[in-house]
Amino acid sequence: MSTTTVEDDAVADGHWHGSAHERKGFFTDTSICIGCKACEVACKEWNNNPQDGTFELLGSSYDNTGSLGANTWRHVAFIEQDSDRIEAARESGRKLVNLGMPTIRPRSNESAGAKPLGGALGAAESGSNGAGASGGGLPSTPPMGIDLLAPGALNPSDPEDIAKLDTTPPDTADFRWLMSSDVCKHCTHAGCLDVCPTGALFRTEFDTVVVQNDVCNGCGTCVAGCPFGVIERRDDGTINTPTDRDDRKAADMDVPNKNTANKCTLCYDRLVEGDTPACAQTCPTESIKFGDHDDMVDKAHTRVADLHAKGMTEARLYGANPNDGVGGTGSVFLILDEPEVYGLPPDPRVPTKDLPQMYAKAGMAALGMVAAAGLAFLGSRR
Amino acid sequence: MVEDVEFSSYYGRAIVKAPPWGDEIALYLFLGGLAGGSSLLGLGAQFSDRPGLRIATRLTAITATGVGGAALVADLGRPERFLNMMRVFKVSSPMSLGTWILSGFGVGSGVLAAIEVDRLTGLRLPLGPLRRVLHAFETPAALESALFATPLAAYTGALLGDTAVPTWNAAGRNGLSYVFVSSAAVAAGGTAMALAPVRETGPARLLALVGAAGEAITMDRMKKGMHPAEVDPLEEGEPGHKLHRAEKLLIAGAIGTAAAEVGARVFAKKLGKGAGWKTRAALRTVSAVSGAALAAASAYTRFGVLEAGIESTKDPRHVVEPQRARLEERRARGITGDSITTGV
Repeated sequence: MSTTTVEDDAVADGHWHGSAHERKGFFTDTSICIGCKACEVACKEWNNNPQDGTFELLGSSYDNTGSLGANTWRHVAFIEQDSDRIEAARESGRKLVNLGMPTIRPRSNESAGAKPLGGALGAAESGSNGAGASGGGLPSTPPMGIDLLAPGALNPSDPEDIAKLDTTPPDTADFRWLMSSDVCKHCTHAGCLDVCPTGALFRTEFDTVVVQNDVCNGCGTCVAGCPFGVIERRDDGTINTPTDRDDRKAADMDVPNKNTANKCTLCYDRLVEGDTPACAQTCPTESIKFGDHDDMVDKAHTRVADLHAKGMTEARLYGANPNDGVGGTGSVFLILDEPEVYGLPPDPRVPTKDLPQMYAKAGMAALGMVAAAGLAFLGSRR
Repeated sequence: MVEDVEFSSYYGRAIVKAPPWGDEIALYLFLGGLAGGSSLLGLGAQFSDRPGLRIATRLTAITATGVGGAALVADLGRPERFLNMMRVFKVSSPMSLGTWILSGFGVGSGVLAAIEVDRLTGLRLPLGPLRRVLHAFETPAALESALFATPLAAYTGALLGDTAVPTWNAAGRNGLSYVFVSSAAVAAGGTAMALAPVRETGPARLLALVGAAGEAITMDRMKKGMHPAEVDPLEEGEPGHKLHRAEKLLIAGAIGTAAAEVGARVFAKKLGKGAGWKTRAALRTVSAVSGAALAAASAYTRFGVLEAGIESTKDPRHVVEPQRARLEERRARGITGDSITTGV
């Protein structure tokens, strides 16, 4: 049930195995993201990730983080668009709908009926569920004041009040601001995991992809293996942003897991305790939803249909198709323009898919070299 | 029908990340090929009774393996954990496979090098009764290292190809391994020409010539199979300069090699008898210089390809344009069910 993978060759099996848990994942609905970056902060705080960059302004709207990297596991993108771009996005979205792609997972009528407003209402519901599940046994928090990441700490006191609010974004025809919180995709066929030569990267019981930093030797192959540019080796606690300068240095700080690969763990340490990942728990608009992957995909399909019904044809899903180049992503997104506008690849493909063919070529090449050497000796007999 | 060809990006920022691979990895690509090719020449030299070529290629192979392995370890973020590579054997990871290939190659190559050093020092290695055992392993070790030799030269094409780095991935799909084994043949042939006597390096010259022709042809075919945005980094900027330099050195070295081969055949009898030191010296010089040029060409090819890939991650154009093109191409063929972006 949790494995929504399509049958594929053995080389790209993605290390799937039966697991006791449902596959977990995110649904990031960027249409209700307000760009507060609480997810970035919560992620940094919980995971004790070092500073990125030198707090300089990057000249990219309100995004001064840059991109995902070894120290940034949630990254909020800001895009400012004029009416032409809005119309173009609406048009490209309309074309996507008209392509008539098969609905991969037919929406079950009962879930759609129970949560007619998949987005905000469904989110509020999951919030109250989260409170019910973890409210009973609060783990002891360290004595450092209010721990905003403690389970249940940020749940609205009465979710029903929020649910009744109309959270539909106003349709501003002349100008819009796209905001999107990007994260590791936890791919069904994860390139990083496939190419890792030490077994440091593994698939967890929640079917997420996590690095064991005590095993990783920092070879960097996973960095090249990721089609989304997510995973990175933590070299000096800074990433490379477009404003690279010679004088930029990270402040002195304690850098854990230095020189090993680092990326989002989907808060593995919180999941094993039955908690919600820090970013999802802190997100004030519940743009970031967390739950069973199947539910997340269902919510995504419901939400995009709702937005289309409201005329927002620019809305589209990213990663909800198990037949795409990475077998679908564990982190599903609803975006409002082409993926590359957000810095996402338009047609990512797990490199391992090409590997059988490349091995075949390498084999042919090896045989050719043997033949060449043999001929060289035959050709120069004395 | 091509639609929406306009290229957009997120503030021009990179989409995929370059691996933290520097000159060490490029050096290893070169040395791995050199080691593999040298091992094949060494095996042939053993069976065709060419002691000078045999000694030179065996010592080249072990030196290249040692330095290449050290370069690989040095490039790790945590070099002290290099043995973690041996925790697993993973077919889906060319890096894992390569570790085992290099290790397997190193065993036989190491034994052969020990034998040669023992011989060169007049059987003075303190081996005692083990000397006989060591020397008994000469042929098995030569066969064993030769078995791993060509995989060692070829797998690096899959190593670079099996990445999301646009230029490497496209190159890997279009025969980067062919280019790399050709380059390995050029490197091994050239190095042997520079190190071993002219009358014994006939096979090295022929191997180098075949490799040079192979590299020119396969590089051209590889580029033709790639999207223009994936080829650009191989032709522009510093990586492009390196690859152009490699091409020039390859042509010059190949011409010199052909001249040396003709000379060696014309003066074959004289060389055997040791007559005409001027002829010998001239041939030796031509051989050494063109051999060095060929080895340099191989090194430039490896550095150029590695750096071109890293360059291709910096501009999102190299990622978006080919991906858009293949997506539109599939849609034009009526395949609409495999896009990561869906409207429903």
